[in-house]
Amino acid sequence: MTIDFDHVAVTGVSRHFGRRRALSQISFRAARGTILGLLGPNGAGKSTMLALLATLMRPSEGEIRYGGHAARTAGASLRGAIGILGHDLFLYPELTARENLTFFAGLHGVPSAGDAAAAALRQSGLAERADDPVSSFSRGMRQRVALERALIHHPRLVLLDEPFTGLDDSSAAALVGRLKGLRAEGAIVVLATHDLDLAEGLIDSALFLRDGRMVEAVDRPDGLRATYRAVMTRRAEA
Amino acid sequence: MFARTAWLVLRKDLTVEVRSLEIAYTTLFFAVACVLVFAFALVKEGKAPEDGAAGILWIAIAFAGTLALGRTFERERQSETLRALLMAPADRPAIYVGKLLGIVALLCGTEIVLVPLVAFLFQAPLFRHPFWLAVVLVCGTVGFATVGTLFSAMLVRARSRDVLLPVLLYPITVPVIIAGVRATATLLEPDAELALVRFWVALLLALDVVFLTLALWTFEPLMTD
Repeated sequence: MTIDFDHVAVTGVSRHFGRRRALSQISFRAARGTILGLLGPNGAGKSTMLALLATLMRPSEGEIRYGGHAARTAGASLRGAIGILGHDLFLYPELTARENLTFFAGLHGVPSAGDAAAAALRQSGLAERADDPVSSFSRGMRQRVALERALIHHPRLVLLDEPFTGLDDSSAAALVGRLKGLRAEGAIVVLATHDLDLAEGLIDSALFLRDGRMVEAVDRPDGLRATYRAVMTRRAEA
Repeated sequence: MFARTAWLVLRKDLTVEVRSLEIAYTTLFFAVACVLVFAFALVKEGKAPEDGAAGILWIAIAFAGTLALGRTFERERQSETLRALLMAPADRPAIYVGKLLGIVALLCGTEIVLVPLVAFLFQAPLFRHPFWLAVVLVCGTVGFATVGTLFSAMLVRARSRDVLLPVLLYPITVPVIIAGVRATATLLEPDAELALVRFWVALLLALDVVFLTLALWTFEPLMTD
């Protein structure tokens, strides 16, 4: 059985890889029905933070709580409430889009996995290519299948790592619409991105990361590009 | 849910393999090449050495199996699909069992080609006790693949995994290979002592149970982080 929760609380989380510190003392809270943006340059620790939230890694220090549940005790039932779209797309290139989605729907115990896959393919606008192998798709089309793969089990927590990569303008606009829809449905969306223009007006709060440290947290960010530049410049000078 | 997850992973692995035939072709080619090299080296004037067939059959299975084991989790690493598998709200050992069954199926397919080839090239009466030969091969393959699948998963992020896999795998699976060779050699004797074959099969089954229990117990912690 999948557990439910209305917020994710990250408290004093650090993550080391050997002697290298990828994240240091990160704390934030994300509530349902909001989109949190993780912003920062390459190597800032955004993907590591997403992997920690996805329970694919354990924090070296600190704690992540999903409502009243800790990852260590909730285990499999918690994983069922999380959907992740990573930098790599987590798709089998030899399988068709339908087979990929049916497989992952089945793994997540979605009832009528085939019907769920068909609905997801219609949602992504790829119903006509449903039975083509994913290896024959463009990067943007794969990205759309991968997004449906991440969302096929209707997760409470949606983790997206650079989801706009490879998307043309219309696909990116469709994705923005989809993320707003998820927010309206009460999902907790955590979005790591470099694309400040698309993030602008989409995210409800922003967390600025640099060198694994949290340099600023802003609610209702306005003028995101200017804020980003100011925060990063200030940090560099400091 | 456990059986369903294992079945889904097995079916997915077999579908991917049927489409690409990557592991099947390389494993089969390597196993056949291995047997042919031994045949050219050991068969003199049409006469094969006595008791050689059992050892050569198991060497080919072990070498080809190592090749297949190396690829099974490599495929999951290339598209990072391993992460998606690990995110499923299912018992992680079920993923291991699905992968294991896929490898066992592939190796059994290879053995279907290898056994007649070895029987022909080494004039070995391998089909004198077909039931017992099948039991020995399946039990030995399961034992070898049980350890190999776990090590393959464990090494998926290691840089030198191709070198480390055989280094770790062969010392631990030596008892399985010895039991498999001795059981097969016994079956090749003119008056095969089936009581002795049963002893080796019992030993193989015991090793299978021990290895499988340890693998199911350790897979989840090995895959976290």
